[in-house]
Amino acid sequence: MSFITRGFSGRSRDRDDRLPPGQTLVPDFPVLSAGPTPEVDTAEWEFTIRTESGVHRWNWDEFMALAIEDVDTDIHCVTHWSKLGTNWRGVSLDTLFEHVETEREFVMAHSYGGYTTNVPLDELLGGKAWVAFEFDGEPLEPEHGGPARLLVPHLYFWKSAKWVRGLLMMDEDEPGFWEQNGYHLHGDPWTEERYW
Amino acid sequence: MEHVDGNALAGPLAEFFSFDATTATARCNGCGAIGELARAMVYRSGAGTVVRCSSCDHVLATLVETAGRAWIGLSGISAIEVPRGPATSSG
Ligand SMILES: [Zn+2]
Repeated sequence: MSFITRGFSGRSRDRDDRLPPGQTLVPDFPVLSAGPTPEVDTAEWEFTIRTESGVHRWNWDEFMALAIEDVDTDIHCVTHWSKLGTNWRGVSLDTLFEHVETEREFVMAHSYGGYTTNVPLDELLGGKAWVAFEFDGEPLEPEHGGPARLLVPHLYFWKSAKWVRGLLMMDEDEPGFWEQNGYHLHGDPWTEERYW
Repeated sequence: MEHVDGNALAGPLAEFFSFDATTATARCNGCGAIGELARAMVYRSGAGTVVRCSSCDHVLATLVETAGRAWIGLSGISAIEVPRGPATSSG
């Protein structure tokens, strides 16, 4: 079901009910970067999950041998753009956590280049998050977070950390990079959790 | 020792928060370099502006701006020196 809104131009159109409040559709894929693009060779890439009991580690070849999923999803950036029906391939966090034992309920995602972002573990499991390495059938370009980025499409896109290199399990929810500097700890686009 | 509440900051902080960023210097928490903010590397993304140390790439400061609200983060800077006019009488 959709309802009619009037845009600034006076044109009326059906507002897509896949679009969260305050968002506008874009056809392209804006690049938002807080620093230089890290160049990470897949030969040196690794992904880790650090828990209270140790470190789980995958190199690129080991990662590619895991169950790979096709993901069709909408993405929503806090800067008011949304893109519907994007296509990704990656490994589900359910697969990565299959053999991980942890009592800790919060995650800090760490990226090559130093970026961090926090997400509760239960928001990464249950088919809600992936480590993605393909976009639109092509290897993920470095400017979009390649070789691999976190994909948590039900939260604002700053949570989908580019150049992800690992997850650190934490006892408490602690703010990541943008969350320390004005952005919301959680970031649900449907309730517009944009800032503090 | 007695303390007073934060309203006492109004005068002293007005000077700091109206400083000219092109002439201020800052000490980087990453490498300890003391340099002019004007020489820092500034990255503008949609999410916000990130200021990085030109010596070590460490994040010095962040700016987040939206309609009606703005944030400045200075966690990468241990102190900022701002130029001031001729000294007034002080003990
Ligand atoms: Zn530095």
